[in-house]
Amino acid sequence: MKVLIVGATSAIAEATARVWAARGDSLYLAARREALLQACAQDLRLRGASAVGFERFDVLEHAAHDAMLRRAADFLGGIDCALLAHGTLADQAGCASDPELAVREIELNGLSTAALVLRIAQRFKAQGKGSIAVITSVAGVRGRASNYVYGSAKALVSTLLSGLRQELHASGITVVDIRPGFVDTPMTASFAKGPLWASPARIARDIAAGIDRGSAVVYAPWFWKWIMLAIRHIPEFVFVRMKL
Amino acid sequence: MTEQLTFGSWGGVFAPRQSVYAMRDRTATLPRTDGSVLPYGLGRSYGDSCLNDGNALIRARDLDRFMAFDPATGVLRCEAGVLLQEIVEFALPRGWFLPVTPGTKYVTVGGAIANDVHGKNHHRDGSIGHHVPRFEVLRSDGSRRECSADDEPGLYRATVGGLGLTGLITWAEIRLQKVAGPWITQRAVRFASLDEFFSLSEALERQHQYVVAWLDCSARRAPDARGILYAGDHAESPGALAAKQPFSFPFAPPFSLVSALTLRAFNALYYRLPRPSRVPCDSFFYPLDGIRNWNRMYGRRGFFQYQCVVPEGAAGRGALGAILSRIGASGQGSFLAVLKRFGAAPAVGMLSFPRPGTTLALDFPNRGGSTLELLASLDGVAVCAGGRVYPAKDARMSPQSFRAFYPEWEAFCAFVDPKFSSSFWRRVTGGAAMPLRHA
Repeated sequence: MKVLIVGATSAIAEATARVWAARGDSLYLAARREALLQACAQDLRLRGASAVGFERFDVLEHAAHDAMLRRAADFLGGIDCALLAHGTLADQAGCASDPELAVREIELNGLSTAALVLRIAQRFKAQGKGSIAVITSVAGVRGRASNYVYGSAKALVSTLLSGLRQELHASGITVVDIRPGFVDTPMTASFAKGPLWASPARIARDIAAGIDRGSAVVYAPWFWKWIMLAIRHIPEFVFVRMKL
Repeated sequence: MTEQLTFGSWGGVFAPRQSVYAMRDRTATLPRTDGSVLPYGLGRSYGDSCLNDGNALIRARDLDRFMAFDPATGVLRCEAGVLLQEIVEFALPRGWFLPVTPGTKYVTVGGAIANDVHGKNHHRDGSIGHHVPRFEVLRSDGSRRECSADDEPGLYRATVGGLGLTGLITWAEIRLQKVAGPWITQRAVRFASLDEFFSLSEALERQHQYVVAWLDCSARRAPDARGILYAGDHAESPGALAAKQPFSFPFAPPFSLVSALTLRAFNALYYRLPRPSRVPCDSFFYPLDGIRNWNRMYGRRGFFQYQCVVPEGAAGRGALGAILSRIGASGQGSFLAVLKRFGAAPAVGMLSFPRPGTTLALDFPNRGGSTLELLASLDGVAVCAGGRVYPAKDARMSPQSFRAFYPEWEAFCAFVDPKFSSSFWRRVTGGAAMPLRHA
């Protein structure tokens, strides 16, 4: 498989890249931090990837999207699968007191992702195949006081993916919405961890399997599907009184 | 990232409060922290040597990338957060294995170096420090020091076995050993006294790469304790293994499941089980890794592990007998007691634990004062015999004992990074000790 990974140095993306490297896939990595990109690329080559290319890429620079996609396609000889894993975990309290910070978070996690997804969809439509996988979050399922800015950006992406999936269904292009729960990554290093927390390697196996199956929505790990089903159905008059 | 939370150690006798900082890029500078920092790998040290109560930890586990592998020499260069398990997974299919491995593969490379870990092949191959020709240490002043026996030899000798106090190990080179496949041919021989252990062990060490003994101290026949010696070698024949998910201890029960009764029953059964002759290397090296979180069986108060080494010769053997009698008399026994003769190779590190002699390791459920008194009296025997106790396992040795055990500690101090510290280090250099957990 020929895979483009955006936000490739995030812990979840890197763990997923290792699953693909072990299968001998070709990978093209795009991310902001060059030193980390180099370290990841060298690691993936040793783990068995047949080719690894990379470039410094900032998803906020929309004008650079097309050029990056072209270089990725040139390097890989076409793209079979694109995994979008970039993002930041906004500090909710900071966003609530500084609306401009909130907007920047939505721009990065929501709008820039939407722009990139649509550009990839255009390419895949032209080539008549492909698999688009985007890491959203269980936080996008229902807005909760603890992280609704982050959640609303993710919800934007989830809704976009849902519509895109319907549009592209007949053309053989799959659109996978990956919704991880709590993941033990450097982004959450300072959080107290309970039994619901999963390792990036565990999430990575679920992501790779979901893309192989062409699933529409992948909760990772699986039990979040039922937790979010329950949360979605809590009546509003109860929900507003809960601390979540 | 500065929120307070708990990162524990394996024995579970402490409840530290520490801030945790992520470190994912080996080329980055150290995080800025209030107070001191300590690198934290997987927390498999038993006591407080991997803890930094009231201060900060650097989560080094995320530095987990392979950097280079030379299939001609078997030298692997990787970041320090890579697990030994990940190295085994990488190396075995390519015909290589760890040069030295402790009893668990769930430790990081950095942690293995910082504790200069040993394995069942110490009599032949020494400890891990003999197989890491080069590594980089990132200091709090921002300098990066590439250390080997020739470059920065002082910092090299201080960092091997240096308990993470000399700076952050960012990457290391490990010289792997060539093996035919994942199988170990194993022999098991029973012994019925310490004298018999010594004569059998000596003979087995001459023939086999791996030798270790399991000892039943609960049989109340000390010092003539019974046990089984295991000897093993990498099998000549190749072959693949099926992966399996280990069983996990789901929670810590409110009381310890390890009592005198379950102990005697377990040991009696274990003594009589037949031994297969060819076993997967996982079950030979890592029997306890088959049960995730086995430490939880000791209940919420946790447990101590006591590991000491006493020198060769009549005095050392006498000390070993005295230690076993005291344990037998105390009735505080142990689920698993391990006995192993170390080889003569001088250790690399200033604070390395291995030295020529015989090492004994046992677990003790935390029963508070009576357990502490017993272990302190064992320290006394070890000090008199010229032995030492393993800091990676320790939660309570006195500063006086530490100095007697590690005469190079003063030379070591010169290499400690001024921003780095640990709860263990403060305790053995005269500072306050962290309180033990009472359930």
